[in-house]
Formats: sequence, structure tokens, C-alpha cells
Amino acid sequence: MTTDWNRGAEQRRRRLEAARERGLGKLVPAERAVELLETLLAPGDRLCVEGNNQKHADFLSACLAQVDPARVHGLHVVQSNLALPQHLDVFERGIAARLDFCYSGEQGVRMARLVKEGRIELGAIHTYLELYSRYFVDLTPQVAFVAAQSADAQGNLYTGPNTEDTPAVVEGTAFKNGIVIAQVNEIVERVPRVDVPADWVGFVVQAPKPHYIEPIFTRDPAQISEIQVLMAMMVIKGLYAPYQVTRLNHGIGFDTAAIELILPTYGASLGLKDRICQYMTVNPCPTLIPAIESGIVKGIHCAGSELGMERYVEQRSDVFFNGPDGSMRSNRVFCQLAGHYVDLFIGSTLQIDLEGNSSTATLNRIAGFGGAPNFGCESRGRRHVSPGWLKAGEESAASRMSKMPRGRKLVVQLVETFREKMQPTFVERLDAWQLQEDFGLELPPVMVYGDDVTHLVTEEGIAHLHRCTTLAEREQAIRGVAGYTPVGLRRDRGAVAALQARGILQRPEDLGIDPRMATRDLLAAKSIKDLVRWSGGLYEPPNRFRNW
Amino acid sequence: MEHLVYEFGPYPPLPAATAAALAGVVSSGNMEVLLEARPLEGRLRLVIDTAIEGYADTWRAVAADFAERHRVGDLLVTINDAGATPSVVTLRLAQAMEELQR
Repeated sequence: MTTDWNRGAEQRRRRLEAARERGLGKLVPAERAVELLETLLAPGDRLCVEGNNQKHADFLSACLAQVDPARVHGLHVVQSNLALPQHLDVFERGIAARLDFCYSGEQGVRMARLVKEGRIELGAIHTYLELYSRYFVDLTPQVAFVAAQSADAQGNLYTGPNTEDTPAVVEGTAFKNGIVIAQVNEIVERVPRVDVPADWVGFVVQAPKPHYIEPIFTRDPAQISEIQVLMAMMVIKGLYAPYQVTRLNHGIGFDTAAIELILPTYGASLGLKDRICQYMTVNPCPTLIPAIESGIVKGIHCAGSELGMERYVEQRSDVFFNGPDGSMRSNRVFCQLAGHYVDLFIGSTLQIDLEGNSSTATLNRIAGFGGAPNFGCESRGRRHVSPGWLKAGEESAASRMSKMPRGRKLVVQLVETFREKMQPTFVERLDAWQLQEDFGLELPPVMVYGDDVTHLVTEEGIAHLHRCTTLAEREQAIRGVAGYTPVGLRRDRGAVAALQARGILQRPEDLGIDPRMATRDLLAAKSIKDLVRWSGGLYEPPNRFRNW
Repeated sequence: MEHLVYEFGPYPPLPAATAAALAGVVSSGNMEVLLEARPLEGRLRLVIDTAIEGYADTWRAVAADFAERHRVGDLLVTINDAGATPSVVTLRLAQAMEELQR
């Protein structure tokens, strides 16, 4: 019996040959991009369209929506982020049929409709790391679209500071007989640095306009409230200080921006400089500038970049990971991995239930996951120790069930008891259950599981959930910081007082924090303009954030 | 608009000569509160005008906690609310009380 062990390579060779026969060389003119896709793609192919929460191969995905469905159909799209209308147009036109993804954000409502209509056969909703991992297991793409800043004539790619997912997508494709098509903003004689070598790249298309990129990590300090300052004070004094948190990951939002902005003021006044927040795995958020300039934050590895921060990051190469050319190279996989093994994750969410499970899923919308589940979970494969990790492990009620000592990652959820329009953050039952029912999912989409959460921080106080010995106790600790929400009002006052006496629940006064001291005066920068000033003019905010 | 009035006490009275205190501003998500000494037979009265309807139970709970925390009689609390969350209400009340006791 003869077996052909190289069918993938043979298929790849035939596809490349078909393109060459049509006179399509390494550099393909934009007006022939649709033709290129029709030549390369075969029905049923697995296709990766690079698209995360920042950078998108938007020109190529727009071209895909224009291919002839008679020639290209039934594609299996394996794409981390569906952000643009054209990402779903391909399903409406039958070009694609099956979808494995991570996050859909703005397109969540339309996606839900397409799933209900049976136009999208939904595989699974992943976290970023899970989907990238599956590129190397069972979801390896036959063709991948990526976005880069520039290419040279040979096809070497420079991704610029927004390297993001490109290395993972390219490696998964190019090393398993797949074909990488790159859209670039410009063709140059010599790329500033080689982020992807030319022989891993099949084709390069110069897009008519630069790829879409969104400044999603910029928070204007002017919008930070006193309540957020109060919560930030509790986090620094009640968690970062006692657990000596030097390595951490901040979620993105005004709550964590408030922490970043009072590190140089409140944090320094507590004598915590050189003792907390030295290394972070996070995007280059502009609100980190004062803490960096004050010498508090010493090192940052980034999943992606942020518009306007490029020049500042270039000039702070001791802090960021920059290439020999001077510009940053971000990498979402490595940043997520690094963030998984730091001492603490802190982030926000939309809903928390009585077990401490949290979800950002809301009805009629399939939003999906991003990186939060991989940051916001216990890292059970961790073996190296740090003071905070050991302390959290010792304190954990779960640890007492075993003779074997171990540490624990600090996973903190930071929320106000009410969201916008007086929507309570605390609920008896997550909307995720309804979503599971509506879309026939195997499990409710939970962002961070309650048993992974160590601390819950609201304007009402800190709940040390990991110290609760029973689910009933945990429920009262959660109700105890749920304030005037219906969940909070139904607390057992006696049980909550007992938890407070044991230090499992801490009010601001228990931490020596007077809420009246929580004013915006503590913010090291009160506006975007202040951030520009702190950066010595190196931070160049996008126009939408300029009001001067 | 919703108009709410709650009374608690009697508690030890605030001296009649105490100067009034003001905290906060009426802007979106915020509120202003005015504290004044008034002969109320030792009672604490809260008069609330809020732009957001349907949260009487929440206001009652916040007001009751405030009264219990401070236990001051002959005190009139006037609130003009433009959608402050309970935590902002509690903070403004605390700020105004501090001002009053200065």
C-alpha cells in the first residue's frame, strides 16, 4: 500500500502554481486581490482573517466579501475578532459557513441573528490563547490574511508596534502547508526590521489605505469619578500593599486607569514606590505615563500598541520591548502567557452572581471572550514563588483541605455596585444562562469563574472571597459589598457583620481610608493634556481625545 | 421628576445656630445636597427631588443608613438629584455632614 504523506504540500504547490499562471507574483496589485483570493481559496478551506481588537486585515476581508460564491463557498473562518461588517457579510453571501472565534463586540447582535437563521454554523467561542493554540492543533488555516505596516519586494514584513497576533497566525499557517497573504500599508525598499521573513509569506498586497486600527486602550482621566478614585485607594492600600504585588496585569477601563493615576500620588504617599506595580503585562495605556515617569512602573510587555503612544514608547526602551530598529514589537500570545503567570489580575465586568462568577454576556448579543479568562484565572501550572502568591495560598480556604502547601494567584474583580443607567452589577442569575439557552451553547459564557476569584472590590469595600469556607459564606461576603443593589439589600446583616469582624470583608474605614479624601485631586493627571505634559510631548493623542 | 420625603428619629438635636452646609452640584450622574438646622421636633427629614423615577426603595435604604450612621435631629436634608448612584449620594451626604460639623 502506498500512502501519500505530503498532500498538503502538493495542494499548496498547485495553488501557488495556479496563481503564477495568472501572472500573480509575490507583490499583487490591489485591484487583482479579489482574483487572487478566487484563485487560491478552495471551498471548505479553513481561513484565518487577522483581526483582533486593534489591527485588522480589513482590505483583504473586504475583498473576500466580493469573491464569487460560486467559486469560493463554505469556508470555515477561524478568526479571533469579528469587528467589521464585512466579517459577517461573507456569511450572509454563503462564502463562509462555519465559524470559530473569540470576540465579536460591535457585531454581536448581528452575529446572534445570523446564528439563529442558520447562516453561521458556530463552532466554539474561545479565549485568544485557546484559538491561537488550536491553529497548532485542529484549526490550522489553509490560508491566512495578515496585516503589516510595510513589506519589501521580496515579501519580508514589518508589522510595526502593532505586531499583535501576526506571529501566531503566520507560524500556524506557513509551517503546515498554508498560504499567508499580507496586506501592507506601504512597499518599501528596506523594511525597518524583519518581523516575518519573506519565505513564510505567499503574497503581498499593498492596500489602498492603511489598515484599520482602533485606539481602544485610551481612557480620558477627565472622566474618572471620585468613586473610582475611592476604589483605587482600596486596591492599593488593601491589596497591592499587603500582598506586595510587583507583577500584575490591569484590565482596561476607567476603574484600573484610576489606580494607574494615583500610584504616583497616593501610592507614593504610602511609601510604596519600589514595592508595588513594577512589572506589568498590558497595552501601552496612556494613563500609565505618570507612573512610568515617576519610576514606579519599570517594565511593560504589550499585547498590542496604542495609537499615539508610539513615539513615547520608542523613547522609553528600558521600559518597553522595542526592536533594534527602535520601535516596539508587541505580541499578544507572549503577553497573555506572561500575564497568566504574574501575581495579580484585576479587571472589571458587567455582571457578578452570588458565587462570584462574572460575565460580560448580555442578552441578544454574542460578545464572546478576549484575554480576560486567561489573565483572570488561577495559574495551576505555576511553580515559582512570590510573597503575594504565597500569602494568597496560605489564606485560601481550599488550601486547608490538603496537607500540601501551595500558592495562589490573586484574581480581583473591581466593579461599582451599579453600572450606567442604574443597572445593578450584582445579580442572582447571570444573563449568560439565558444566552446559553437562546443560542444552544453547551455552557453559559462565563468570563471569570467564581472559584478563581480571590477578591471583589466595590465602593462598599473588599471581600476576600478566597478565605470563605462555604458557598453560603461566600454569598454573604458578595452581598456585603453589593451595596444598595437588590442583591446587597437582601444580605444577612448579622452574617455580614461577622465576616467584617473576621476581616473577610473590609470597609474603607477598616482600611483606614476616609471616603471624603477620595477626590480627583489625587489623580496625577486629570486630563489627556496632562498626560501629554507628563510625557514631555512624546504622547500624541488621536484627535478625538484632543479638546484643546 | 419624583418627589420623596423620609423622616427618621427623634435624635439629639442639631444646635439651631448651626450654619447650613452644601455639597455637590446638579450635573449628570451627580446631585447637590443642602443641610440646614430646622425645628423638626428632633426629627431628621430628607426631601428629595430626583430626575430618575422608580428608585424609592433605594432612596429609602440610603436615607435610613444615613440617619442611623449620624443620628442627628432637627436636621433638614434637601437633595436635588440628576441621577447620582447610591454611592455618590452617600459620599455627598458624608461631605456635607463634615462641612456642617466644621
